[in-house]
Amino acid sequence: MSFSVTEPSVRTKWFAGLLVIGYALITLIPLVWIIATGFKSPSDSISYPPVVLFEPTLEGYVNLFTDRTRATDQMLEEAGPATTWYEQIARDRGTVISGPSRYGERFLNSVIIGFGSTALCMILGTMAAYAFSRFKVPLKDDLLFFILSTRMMPPIAVAIPIFLMFRNLGLNDTHLGMILLYTAVNLSLSVWLLKGFIDEIPIEYEEAALIDGYTRFQAFYKVVLPQAATGIASTAIFCLIFAWNEYAFAVLLTSGNAQTAPPFIPTIIGVAGKDWPAVAAGATIFLVPVMVFTILLRKHLLRGITFGAVRK
Amino acid sequence: MTSSALTDAANKTPEGIARRIRGLSDRTIAWIFVAPTIFLLLAVNIFPLIWTIRLSFTDFRVNRPNNEVEWVGLRNYQRILSDPDVWSTMQATAHFLIWTIVLQVLIGFTLAYLINKKFKGNDLWTTIIVFPMMLSPAVVGNFWTFLYQPQIGLFNYVVAFFTGADPASFSMIGDVNLAPWAIVIADTWMWTPFVMLICLAGLRSIPDSIYEAAECDRASKWRQFWTITIPMALPFLMLAVLFRGIENFKMFDLVVQLTGGGPGNTTTLTSIDLKREAFERWRTGYSSAYAVILFVTVFGLASIYVKALNKVKER
Amino acid sequence: MKSKLFNAASAGALLAATAVSTAQAEDLTLCWAAWDPANALIELSKDFEAASGHNMSFEFVPWPNFADRMLNELNSGGQLCDLMIGDSQWIGGGAENGHYVKLNDFFDANNITMDDFIPATVTGYAEWPKGTPNYYALPAFGDVVGWTYRKDWFERPELQAEFSEKYGRDLGVPASLEELKDIAEFFQGRDIDGTTVYGAAIYTERGSEGITMGVTNALYNYGFQYENPDKPYDLEGFVNSEGAVAGLEYYKALYDIGTPPGSSNWYMGENIDAYRSGQVAMQMNFAFIWPGVEADENVGSGKSGYFPNPAGPTGQFAQLGGQGISVVAYSQKQDAALEYIQWFAQPEVQAKWWELGGYSALKAVVEDPDFATSQPYAQTFLDSMAIVKDFWAEPAYADLLLAMQERVHNYVIAGDGTAKEALDALVRDWTEVFEDEGKL
Repeated sequence: MSFSVTEPSVRTKWFAGLLVIGYALITLIPLVWIIATGFKSPSDSISYPPVVLFEPTLEGYVNLFTDRTRATDQMLEEAGPATTWYEQIARDRGTVISGPSRYGERFLNSVIIGFGSTALCMILGTMAAYAFSRFKVPLKDDLLFFILSTRMMPPIAVAIPIFLMFRNLGLNDTHLGMILLYTAVNLSLSVWLLKGFIDEIPIEYEEAALIDGYTRFQAFYKVVLPQAATGIASTAIFCLIFAWNEYAFAVLLTSGNAQTAPPFIPTIIGVAGKDWPAVAAGATIFLVPVMVFTILLRKHLLRGITFGAVRK
Repeated sequence: MTSSALTDAANKTPEGIARRIRGLSDRTIAWIFVAPTIFLLLAVNIFPLIWTIRLSFTDFRVNRPNNEVEWVGLRNYQRILSDPDVWSTMQATAHFLIWTIVLQVLIGFTLAYLINKKFKGNDLWTTIIVFPMMLSPAVVGNFWTFLYQPQIGLFNYVVAFFTGADPASFSMIGDVNLAPWAIVIADTWMWTPFVMLICLAGLRSIPDSIYEAAECDRASKWRQFWTITIPMALPFLMLAVLFRGIENFKMFDLVVQLTGGGPGNTTTLTSIDLKREAFERWRTGYSSAYAVILFVTVFGLASIYVKALNKVKER
Repeated sequence: MKSKLFNAASAGALLAATAVSTAQAEDLTLCWAAWDPANALIELSKDFEAASGHNMSFEFVPWPNFADRMLNELNSGGQLCDLMIGDSQWIGGGAENGHYVKLNDFFDANNITMDDFIPATVTGYAEWPKGTPNYYALPAFGDVVGWTYRKDWFERPELQAEFSEKYGRDLGVPASLEELKDIAEFFQGRDIDGTTVYGAAIYTERGSEGITMGVTNALYNYGFQYENPDKPYDLEGFVNSEGAVAGLEYYKALYDIGTPPGSSNWYMGENIDAYRSGQVAMQMNFAFIWPGVEADENVGSGKSGYFPNPAGPTGQFAQLGGQGISVVAYSQKQDAALEYIQWFAQPEVQAKWWELGGYSALKAVVEDPDFATSQPYAQTFLDSMAIVKDFWAEPAYADLLLAMQERVHNYVIAGDGTAKEALDALVRDWTEVFEDEGKL
């Protein structure tokens, strides 16, 4: 590495590194505590005072995915010996598994709504961004600001009319309703981000394609889309994170059918009281997909987070 | 928001290209491409907003479908603006807003500054620091109630470990004086990485050549920091403040799970109060007026702020 | 939407139809709170599925969101739920707004009589208006606030000695709320086996109904009344009577001197956690938790005892919980839903319900000579059910509850103003609600 006056000294680097790592470790404590709680037994999870060392168990995960009933002796007799390890874990608590829990469904709802709205948002957002970037759209700046301003509305503020509207349209508590809603909320972000990405694609490519006899549509999906792929991917992540974690609309507009995981996780209850290990297990599993995406796309985080204002 | 230079490029689309297109005209394509977005935003955002404004002049209640709806003019607005409870929730919101922004900007900027020293492995640690903001705010709020439990939670024991106090001697969410800080801490934990990322983007956008020039002029590091780093990063800091400001003005999920607005009304932020009026008391007309007031406030503040931001950028 | 009249009339007619034709297999959805007894009901309902050929699915919403979510569902005429085990206070709204099917004809046609159920549960869960034979639900789950205590701690000789020296009586089940407060104070901050423990976990929750369900146990016993017994909706001097003020002050005193630090937003779940983890000597909680306490590895199998809410200066009452099961008027499968209720009302089913941990309200079950000894908490349950009192069950109950939650929580937890001011304000809030409702 060549010498530069702006290159920090080794001592500065050490000092900075230590401080940052120190902060990272402290900030990780709550997260580690959540993940660890998922592997505690119910009594360890609420032990007084709290325990740092404990015997790990998968009980939280078993409880997360099953419904259990406290068994009478007669029921235990009828059910016979446990045939699976998870049945055994339930038996050790004097319960029998009565069926799968709703967590799987809620998680699946999150997947359908999260990915569905992200996909729709990308399609609409790319089209609109392309139009804003390449064409003369009347009142363009006003429209762009209008699109951004929709992000400023508190969800609760529009929840009442949305609730009434969805009720009239039969969209309450449906996947389609939630997909449309999250798409609308995310569109502001995606249009602004994607416009920035498309602005950067040299217009010469399209001109060349048009001269070669492509139509506008062909030029759009054969030339522009491949060029904008990274931009679309990183925008998608941000839309997904929002739709994945959204709570206020989900708690007000969904229940039995289309409820996503965020309103569900804090409410998982066990045989007596709140089942903290199962709640923690649910939160951990729910975190994994976004965590993986974050790691994969960490290079694009900066851009997404600044609404496209930062280019490199 | 983004510089107008970005849009300029688009405006310069050569007219010649347009003429060479076979099939649809540019104008038609532009409308086909923009229309679905505008339509969806109109349907899901603007139409409800207009409906909210209309409802705000009535005494409509969702849970009394059989009652006749009456126009009450500005009565809802009068009642809200003269209600001391509303002002106390505004105060709680202001406390939350100001302190989360101050703490997050201070810590976030410091972290970004340190990370920008490019020590070995800074990429890895940046990614690790970012993890809290990937969690669902509702789940975070829920878990922090658990962490804050004086007897079985971790927070008090960690504080006790460093200060030597008795873990049971204070209660973050039970004490009217501490609860407003409890929500600030949890939010700061979750969202400082966000501010940090924006600041990092700002610091990385400063060209090395400027510092090199300053070195030649023998400007001290301290002077460089105040005359180059801060002014150059300021638009980004302001952007961070804008985003956190809008988000925290809308704050609902994390706090409602963490404290439920208590004890008393000490952490009842406006969104929580609004939710109570709209979905527990079902005073639809009243809460619509409340929603309009909130929206006008955040929209007005944001517009003024964006103007200021653009001025800073132009400098 | 169908008219109320049609619903009332159809209940019997539909059932008559099912009796002759072989009912087609339906997918029924039952809505209830997500809690321990709900798991038992899933198990119990398997018998119904086998016997009827219908398929049961369940929609359980956690307590803090239960009322919001389900009332929302009912108000919007939703068809999610065919059967609703709705909270006792919803009965007025369910009946007056036509959410629930009136069951009188159905009961008559099937020889189900409310005389077979514990009277308090019939009044509490099924009747509207109260005291009239108009039934909109079948009592499904009897529940009442009572107390759990650490028998193993109470029995320690050294603690007993210290207690009797200090208070001049034995350490045992308190005979009055005052005595309960003494015990809480006695245990508060005490070192037991190396950890600091506290007096009692009580309800303080702000967001839904927690603190109201707790404070009423003190208010009732100190002289609080919801209204003038001779003049409905006359509140002044009853809600904020001298006794009521004393009761509210008592609850605050108990909170201040006898509860764990940080217990400012606690309801059922938090109280259970505190008790199970050995933080408190006593907990206030609904009876539904008792089977879970008995089975717990830390505090179960004989370490815990149970007692009904102790008396106060003017009487002994306990806050009623529990629910009745209703048929939702918007359901398309009302006949199958009624079949479920018919099945559920059978004495054998009710007996098994109790066995699985569900508190049956059927007299045949609870008056069985073996009942009181069948579980350590069975007698306490019976005693408690004899002294119940419930919150308003008016259609506007949600507004009444919100006002009480706020006034009481702000005084007891946040220490705003005085007890008298809080109750005076409550009278104003409630009067306003009743005026809006056209009842005043």
